[in-house]
Amino acid sequence: MELYSLSIEEALTAIDKGEISPVELTEAIFKRIEAVEDKIHSFVTLDKENSLIQARSAEDNIRRNIKQPLGGIPIAIKDNICTEGVRTTCSSKMLENFIPPYDSTIVKKLKEQRCILIGKTNLDEFAMGSSTENSSFGSTRNPWDVARVPGGSSGGSAAAVAADMCIAALGSDTGGSIRQPAAFCGVVGLKPTYGRVSRYGLVAFASSLDQIGPITKNVKDSAILLNIISGYDLRDSTSADLTVPDFTSAIGQDIKGMKLGVPKEYFIKGIDKEVAESVNAAINKLESLGAIPLEISLPHTGYAVATYYILATSEASSNLARYDGVKYGLRAAGGDLIDMYMKTREAGFGAEVKRRIILGTYTLSSGYYDAYYKKAQQVRTLVKQDFEKAFEKVDVIVTPTTPSPAFKAGEKTDDPLQMYLADIFTISVNLAGVPGISIPCGFTSQNLPVGLQIIGKHFDEETLLKTAYAYEQATDWHKRKPKL
Amino acid sequence: MQYEAVIGLEIHAQLLTESKMFCGCSTKFGSEPNTQTCPVCIGMPGVLPVANKRAIECVIKTGLAVNCKIAPFSRFARKNYFYPDLPKGYQISQYELPICEHGLVEIIVNGSTKKIGLTRIHLEEDAGKNIHEGAGDYSFVDLNRAGTPLMEIVTEPDIRSPQEAAEFVKKLRAIVRYLGVCDGNMEQGSLRCDANVSIRPVGQEELGTKTEIKNMNSFKFIEKALDYEIKRQIKILNEGGRIVQETRLWHSNRGITESMRSKEEAHDYRYFPDPDLVPVDVDNAWIEQIRLQIVELPDSRRQRFITQYGLPEQDADLLTSERAMAEWFEEAVKLGGDPKSVSNWMMGELMKMLNEENKLIEECALKPEQLVGLIKLIDKGVISGKIAKTVFEEMYKTGKDADRIVKEKGLVQVSDESEIEKVVDDILQKNPKEMERFRAGEEKLLGFFAGQIMKATKGKANPKIVNELLRKKLSGTS
Repeated sequence: MELYSLSIEEALTAIDKGEISPVELTEAIFKRIEAVEDKIHSFVTLDKENSLIQARSAEDNIRRNIKQPLGGIPIAIKDNICTEGVRTTCSSKMLENFIPPYDSTIVKKLKEQRCILIGKTNLDEFAMGSSTENSSFGSTRNPWDVARVPGGSSGGSAAAVAADMCIAALGSDTGGSIRQPAAFCGVVGLKPTYGRVSRYGLVAFASSLDQIGPITKNVKDSAILLNIISGYDLRDSTSADLTVPDFTSAIGQDIKGMKLGVPKEYFIKGIDKEVAESVNAAINKLESLGAIPLEISLPHTGYAVATYYILATSEASSNLARYDGVKYGLRAAGGDLIDMYMKTREAGFGAEVKRRIILGTYTLSSGYYDAYYKKAQQVRTLVKQDFEKAFEKVDVIVTPTTPSPAFKAGEKTDDPLQMYLADIFTISVNLAGVPGISIPCGFTSQNLPVGLQIIGKHFDEETLLKTAYAYEQATDWHKRKPKL
Repeated sequence: MQYEAVIGLEIHAQLLTESKMFCGCSTKFGSEPNTQTCPVCIGMPGVLPVANKRAIECVIKTGLAVNCKIAPFSRFARKNYFYPDLPKGYQISQYELPICEHGLVEIIVNGSTKKIGLTRIHLEEDAGKNIHEGAGDYSFVDLNRAGTPLMEIVTEPDIRSPQEAAEFVKKLRAIVRYLGVCDGNMEQGSLRCDANVSIRPVGQEELGTKTEIKNMNSFKFIEKALDYEIKRQIKILNEGGRIVQETRLWHSNRGITESMRSKEEAHDYRYFPDPDLVPVDVDNAWIEQIRLQIVELPDSRRQRFITQYGLPEQDADLLTSERAMAEWFEEAVKLGGDPKSVSNWMMGELMKMLNEENKLIEECALKPEQLVGLIKLIDKGVISGKIAKTVFEEMYKTGKDADRIVKEKGLVQVSDESEIEKVVDDILQKNPKEMERFRAGEEKLLGFFAGQIMKATKGKANPKIVNELLRKKLSGTS
């Protein structure tokens, strides 16, 4: 087996046994990137030089017998997560040359582990999109079919993991931006409970929905990475002051008697037939492992997309106000102050970002606030209550991650509403703040991956990982690799 | 037609916290531009605010002092607008759920007490400063002040005259200074006042169209600006015109208010709850803990000074207007100074000298025990009241004790009768004509002789003995 195709667990074992060194692993990864990145375009910035320095530092620690759970593992970071001294663009012209003077909390944690941060991955501009086509620096393609999108907005990270251009990656998920690309690329993507992982240094899209999470080659890697990035952060008052369990210890426990909620609202008309078949087969597989599927109802599911697009755009319209040309980032020449503002924002933001800023500005405007923002907050409460009620009866909820497999590049770029519907099954999870994971559960006749979404209770990632792992061990979808 | 003014005030008070509202940067005033900044208060991508607990406590403390209801649950909201001194493109403030509501402050105007209602007190962050001087075609931005905690106090439209407005701000300033939550410096802008002003015919319930007046940075300017604005509005209505709702700026150099922006140009701030901050939960235990830190406030201290020390109202007013002044007074009384004497010295000589130097009492070298020492020297007859003023001045300037000054300068009062008698005899001898006139009934000449004697003794002769001796000698009984 090639070094670049190792999982975190495999790589750690090999490093531990002295079979490979972090430098060898990092070099193998960069060799792989040189071979396939042209076809995929996962990265906005690659940092080979620093990566090798970090790899040698990890080796030093190994020689000095300093134990580090993730020491020497090459990881890719979505380019909306701030990295000190390495530019962080959000795939926007606005921040094309922005070099943060500080590390996000999770990057700090990864550095303390002597992880190797190989580069920054492409995304839909400011994480707004579902295909990684809304990038100012070119679109990313799906390793399973380069004519198709990898999903988004963490498409660069998901494609990099699927194409073995990193051992694991981090993404961010506001309405499905980790899980949907994970499903499209046949990898594992976890959105933790809101508040589980610090958002400090994650460039905000919609603050009440954003959450950082791992994108990995298997479920155990997801648990390993979650162990590192979780926990209360004094710099993020929305992070939860809770003890973080060892997520890997949940893995391997059996799921006999576990109750699986299957929401009827998620198996609707319009869902791709092969996706439905794969997901149903997965539910049967879980049942054969001892779990008990129960039909449940999440009655406000139909309002989730509309609610999301009001709340997320409202918050975004305010979050993106700081890009005004005054302090950092792009500044376009203008006659006076207002002119400079307008020209800077005209030149710096892409069409989708502008669309959402306009939408969110409108929904917060005086006279419309009650009808849109306030109403949407009320519906959000109802969606949250749907989950609370469901979790009184079941341990986890299983659904398809997406209504269809990866679509063709360019297919939905002219139809924003169709694009928004790509997140129809993932959005409610962000509104409710609960954790959700997407794992591979089959392939279509065109050899495109299908994702199974497992949703857990607040701060119960353990049950979610346990279920995902049990399924993964009973199948081998995750072992398939795209031919590149 | 007779009109009455309806005025409501909005007061911004910079809180005396060590660090900024949402980051750890210092709030110190007057540093080099942009040296007290960090990624959070510069509004870098990805940063998050964390609320300053001490600032929240300052607002609760103020709310308790002005009889507000403290909300068990309040939250921060974003006020969205673009300006170069506002790095995030929004100000974190409070909107629907402020920390304090429904307060009350009493003021005294022309001898009668009036209650002014407070709508709310909320917490927000200050903006930075744009600097236009020396920047050529550009402007500089200094973000040292960005993120400094500000408390906004909003009154009900209960104020009816410029004088009431000024009295209210004075009272509020005294309260925040007593509490130690704000230094109240209006010139430096740590206490800022805006006013909403309208007029209506006396007897009418319905409110007239209001204007908002900004940039009144002293008590004097508050009175002047509001006076100007009320007259301006009356003139418009009397001429059959219509008041335009707008924001107006007070120009102190020209003594006028001038339109800054109209209602149509007003911002739509698109307030919404800040998703980066959790709601502020205030429980009773916390409130009680803060209540314990509240010192005796001006109103009750004033009352106590009248009853406990028998001071006239005027003395009590002045001495309690500043916490440091009141504490200075009580310290002097505690050390044995007679309350009225202490008050007289403070309201007379001490105030005069502080005003001359534009100093606060806490900034002067003179200590309460030194004034008490001086008063004791007078009471014991060691120095005369007149000499005492010279000694006081010296004490104030040098910080030396009274008895040391008296000794060094040889100012001890001469009370030895035989010594004074010699001088009296000498003066009487030198002024035979005046002596004749006195004896003929011109009694006011007693003062002339006393003056001559004091002059001859350089003011050191005991005036009581001088007077006794003079009367005795002039009436010819010896």
